[in-house]
Amino acid sequence: MTMGAPVEELKLPELGENIESVEVTAVMIAVGDQVERDQPVIEVETEKASLEVPAPAAGKITELLVSKGDQITVGQVILRIETGAGETAEVAEPKAVAAGGTAEAAPQPTAAPPLPEQDDAPVVSFPAKHKPKIGRAVPAAPSARALARQLGVDINEVPGQGPGGRISREDVKAYVKSIVQSGGGAAPSGPGTAPTLPDFSQWGEIEREPLTNIRRATAANMANAWTTVPHVTQFDRADITQLESMRKRFNQRPEAEGRKMTVTAILIKLVASALKQFPKFNSSLDLAGDSIVLKKYVNIGVAVDTPRGLLVPVIRDAAVKNVVQIAAELNDLAGRARDKKLKPDEMRGATFTVTNLGGLGTTYFSPIVAWPEVAILGVGRAEQVAIWGNGRFEPRLIIPLSLSYDHRLIDGADAARFLRWTAEALEQPLLLLLED
Amino acid sequence: MADSAKLVVIGAGPGGYAAAFLAADLDLDVVLVDPEENPGGVCLYRGCIPSKALLHVAKLIDEADHAADWGVAFGKPTIDVDRLRGFKDRVVSKLTGGLGQLTKQRKVRHIRGTARFTDANRLELDLVDGGTDTLDFEHAIVATGSHPTAIPGFPESERILDSTGGLDLAGVPKKLLVVGGGYIGLELGSVYAALGSKVTMVEMTDGLLPGVDRDLVRPLQKRLEKACEEILLSTKVVAIKEQKAGLKVTLEGDDLDKPDRTYDTVLVAVGRRPNSSDLGLENTAAVVDEQGFITVDERLRTAQPNVFAIGDVVGQPMLAHKASHEARVAVETIAGHKVAFEPACIPAVVFTDPEVAWCGLTETEAKERGIDVQVARFPWAASGRAMTLDRDDGVTKLIIDPETERILGVGLTGAGAGELIAEGVLAVEMAALASDLKLSIHPHPTLSETMMEAAEVFFGQSTHVYRPKRAKKAKTS
Repeated sequence: MTMGAPVEELKLPELGENIESVEVTAVMIAVGDQVERDQPVIEVETEKASLEVPAPAAGKITELLVSKGDQITVGQVILRIETGAGETAEVAEPKAVAAGGTAEAAPQPTAAPPLPEQDDAPVVSFPAKHKPKIGRAVPAAPSARALARQLGVDINEVPGQGPGGRISREDVKAYVKSIVQSGGGAAPSGPGTAPTLPDFSQWGEIEREPLTNIRRATAANMANAWTTVPHVTQFDRADITQLESMRKRFNQRPEAEGRKMTVTAILIKLVASALKQFPKFNSSLDLAGDSIVLKKYVNIGVAVDTPRGLLVPVIRDAAVKNVVQIAAELNDLAGRARDKKLKPDEMRGATFTVTNLGGLGTTYFSPIVAWPEVAILGVGRAEQVAIWGNGRFEPRLIIPLSLSYDHRLIDGADAARFLRWTAEALEQPLLLLLED
Repeated sequence: MADSAKLVVIGAGPGGYAAAFLAADLDLDVVLVDPEENPGGVCLYRGCIPSKALLHVAKLIDEADHAADWGVAFGKPTIDVDRLRGFKDRVVSKLTGGLGQLTKQRKVRHIRGTARFTDANRLELDLVDGGTDTLDFEHAIVATGSHPTAIPGFPESERILDSTGGLDLAGVPKKLLVVGGGYIGLELGSVYAALGSKVTMVEMTDGLLPGVDRDLVRPLQKRLEKACEEILLSTKVVAIKEQKAGLKVTLEGDDLDKPDRTYDTVLVAVGRRPNSSDLGLENTAAVVDEQGFITVDERLRTAQPNVFAIGDVVGQPMLAHKASHEARVAVETIAGHKVAFEPACIPAVVFTDPEVAWCGLTETEAKERGIDVQVARFPWAASGRAMTLDRDDGVTKLIIDPETERILGVGLTGAGAGELIAEGVLAVEMAALASDLKLSIHPHPTLSETMMEAAEVFFGQSTHVYRPKRAKKAKTS
């Protein structure tokens, strides 16, 4: 007997580094459906983003192996599609049996939990002729390579501290620990240990809601940042009367049609310039490496409030983009963040974060630094305030600014200078022309 | 109703039996399918082991002859081919018998026969005792090995042997032609030369052991030139005709004075082919490439997720130690462990005299791939131990990454190189630096010192070789 109709398997693809499992949030197809190649078939949610997984080929869905709410791992088979026309479902039967489970073909009652068919090692797509990388393999002993694999990390990513960059088992463990502490996805452990809670129901009715992936990640990240970074928050304010009238005037011009300037976009642009002036604010502290990592790129993370929680998409290379470009990009990112359409990569690599709560009407607050970044700028709502100037009180539009920073790396005076520079740039944006 | 198993291993060579034994040790219910009475495969029955028994004797004959130079003359040896064959067969049966014992002790079910997939969960068995059976399985490991390549167009003749026939040692031909200058041809050719055959070796390419670093091959080639009647490079066999007087062989090559010669026996050793046909793999999703190798991923999984394949049948190098290492990866994967086949090197040994061994990156490969390396060579003429053996025809070399000084490869030619290379394997796997080898005290006087001294050569500081570093690159460690 030969295999019948060609059957394609859809496996959960790699979604980004450190992402091993995701939750199925929607299933768009059913067994028997005819699908087109690249048609979205399921939606999954990682810790930070939602993604649609497309069909690998056109054909008929013969098997659907996941359902909404399942946690699935990278490489796990999601469904099978019978491709090619004319074959009947029966022909594909041997394949179904192969998957571990039906009828009299597998008369083994004791075989209850089928042996694991996949783990979280990177999936190699077939046909993938495997050749061992002999020659310049990573400098790590076999025992260290095996440990990395067991712990689910790529040995090539592990920084080696030994002579010639040799990676020891200790280096692997330290790397895993750093991922766990930064709340990264590869953490093999569950949520952190927490003190036991009292039984709240003794005081009244309660309801339990499961943590979403986003909430779980946020909790881990915030706790890590809070315990790792000695925080100081400094407050300042900027008079944006002039800036605001310029902004409004620009937005009324015909060429502004469809490309509005927003306060947040202007802030991002100014902060990007500030980071060029004060590179330490665009760095990370590497205590293990006994050094400061200065980044030559400026990527600004922007906190976005979504129905599912906080997401931080990243505007890349903000220093070399103009305000209108930034506004358009931010609009797109924020929209997709709310629609769960952000890709994980669009939320990585920020060097500094801006969080604008002005829309909600707050003034000053102390944001938590998004470690391994070293500073974050909180923005409140701009308000008309009576300011003494030119011999009288004048109504001025004042915006509250709150800068939290990692006091291990940044001194109070540095922060004052950074914040003042930013405030002055907001007050007199023309001064920017004088900077190089 | 069909018999069933959690895991079936097809083929009981060093890959297959290692897989079955480990599976049993991990408490998996395992069936081993192989036609022989005991496990062993080509390695034990028709390869590594019998050839090493014969090569040991060949070396003894050579040394006894050589001993005359040291003042001890034994005279011309008398060779009793039957007893020699008996020795070799005893070695084989003792080892395979031992494996049979281990199979029973581990309660591995051994079915004597051959297997063919009828679908992705069922095998049809062709039993040695006659009859057929079926076997259902959850997981399968294909470890069916390889067979010697035959040259099409050669006549059917009892006097044309492949490596299996050569190892059977039916007799010692007066005139033997060995076709193929790879390791099998050289090993078997050496055996017959020592036993008294006049051996001619024919190799199609312009050097023996194609692909191996030339400086490693040179000492071996020198010795073989003495041991053999002729070594013909860049030469092909174009025809063989069976005649009463022997096999009339027509050669084609650049510097041949006479293309037609007659030999008593022709031994063909021109490579091996994977045993992947006749397995019914087309009834599964497994993929076989144009060369007949089963395509697998780094966990030895075929495109049929519950079917794995290991050893010669998945690709080069076709070496027993590669197969048994792959066996562990496949079985542990099936048992749910997170593992992969990811060696930094796979050692290779040619058991001629002198032996040639290497691991990791070779100089040839570094050149081909444009990898910047520094090569440190220590000639055995500077080794005290080699002198005491009257065997200074050797070389130890290290292939070193100039940037990190890491040892990327090791090459050795000389007596006992096959044993010495193990240190090189450890060095490459552990990502040792040249200074690690240099600073590890090696016992004196041994051949292993050549590893340490080669590392010293890298730093321009070898005690027994004066080869200062050029000033620009002077290094200390």
